[in-house]
Amino acid sequence: MSEGLHTQEVSRDTRLLPKCAAIVVRDLQLLVRRPGQMLQILGFFVVVTVLFPLGYSPELGKLRLIAPGVLWVGALLASLLALEGLFRDDAEDGTLEQWLLCGQPLAALLLAKTAVHWLLTGLPLTVLAPLLAVTLGVSIEAAPGILLALGLGTLALSLIGSIAAGLTLGLRRGGVLLSLLSLPLAVPVLIFGARATELVIQGDSPTAALYLLASLVVLAITLAPLAAAAAVRIGLE
Amino acid sequence: MPELSIENLHVYRGEQHVLRGLNAQVSAGQCLQITGENGAGKTTLLRVLCGLLPAESLQLTWRGRVCSPQDAEYHQGLSYLSHAAPLKADLTGWENLRFLLSLRGVWQAERVGALLERLGARRFADRPVRSLSAGQRRRLALVGLVASQSQLWLLDEPTTNLDSAGTRLVTELLSEHLERGGLAMVATHVSLDIAPSALQSLHLTSGDGARRVA
Repeated sequence: MSEGLHTQEVSRDTRLLPKCAAIVVRDLQLLVRRPGQMLQILGFFVVVTVLFPLGYSPELGKLRLIAPGVLWVGALLASLLALEGLFRDDAEDGTLEQWLLCGQPLAALLLAKTAVHWLLTGLPLTVLAPLLAVTLGVSIEAAPGILLALGLGTLALSLIGSIAAGLTLGLRRGGVLLSLLSLPLAVPVLIFGARATELVIQGDSPTAALYLLASLVVLAITLAPLAAAAAVRIGLE
Repeated sequence: MPELSIENLHVYRGEQHVLRGLNAQVSAGQCLQITGENGAGKTTLLRVLCGLLPAESLQLTWRGRVCSPQDAEYHQGLSYLSHAAPLKADLTGWENLRFLLSLRGVWQAERVGALLERLGARRFADRPVRSLSAGQRRRLALVGLVASQSQLWLLDEPTTNLDSAGTRLVTELLSEHLERGGLAMVATHVSLDIAPSALQSLHLTSGDGARRVA
């Protein structure tokens, strides 16, 4: 009986890209079913930013000075909130195990997952940021610079956070530990990102800081998925 | 020549030495039924063979080649069904199957449609999995298992939550899989109604490792 269907081998599509596309499509479907999580994160970002004029000073001149820090810390905390669910939902219902067993490099699948996660949380945060900056007295002309800086920054944060999200999979409530693990790694992103934003707001050229930010993104794309894959394997044990 | 051979498997879970020097061989067309009391290591054994848990030592031979349980090529030939059906609650059964099978590169809509029909899952395949019962979810997971066309099935309690008709269906699917030259390792206490010549069993006892019964 050994010369049955199996020994003739089933036609199996072994290309990697269709698998990554399947992950993207599925996560978009999930978002359509439950848009709540994304809206909560955006809401958090808005509320944190709007609290500053109330708690500090309503003077636009003063607010403009602290605007880069406020935007970046707000965006950082909002992306950390979002990262909690990055792999956890899939780990809890057992679908993540199937990713490990599909015969594709896990790092590539996790990169696709992290990229779509950024698309659904980091990108909306980025788009929202110039509008919030206006409420802090920043001119709308700074918008392109702020978009670019935060776009790169949130991408780096999602990638860095994916490592910590993998490591905290095995824990029941990993939220605080996830923050403690990712924040130190996120410091360079915060420094260069806030610097770029500050330069943009003052009307100077932010090129140098943006280059450094972009190099951090490249580094994160190269190394974070490998680390995240190792972390997820440990987290699922 | 066995398609799958496991030699000298030792597994620790924390301080506990769960599997002690286990050996097993499964040939094409054979099913190895794993029994044992709760905590004897049935699930651990299956998860180690999937590469989801690390083994202290293991010599694994698959299709005549020594490999690691994390090899991509080995994974492409196996399907693992754990006791929880791997389905997203917010998606419909159809969407879930589409994703799982696309991930393995074996998505064929007609084939899945026919299998849904056969497993009596067609009428609820368009509903979100959240609204389905555990037995209905299990039927969807079984559709995914058969449609993935893997040669090696690793099944952990495949009949949980199924009614008696569903249990019969599982043994029927299993027999067909074996007739096609497939292999299976099934952790279950239900007596499997398949040809005795195709059935071996392995009894795990906590403490002293494994004993081969027949």
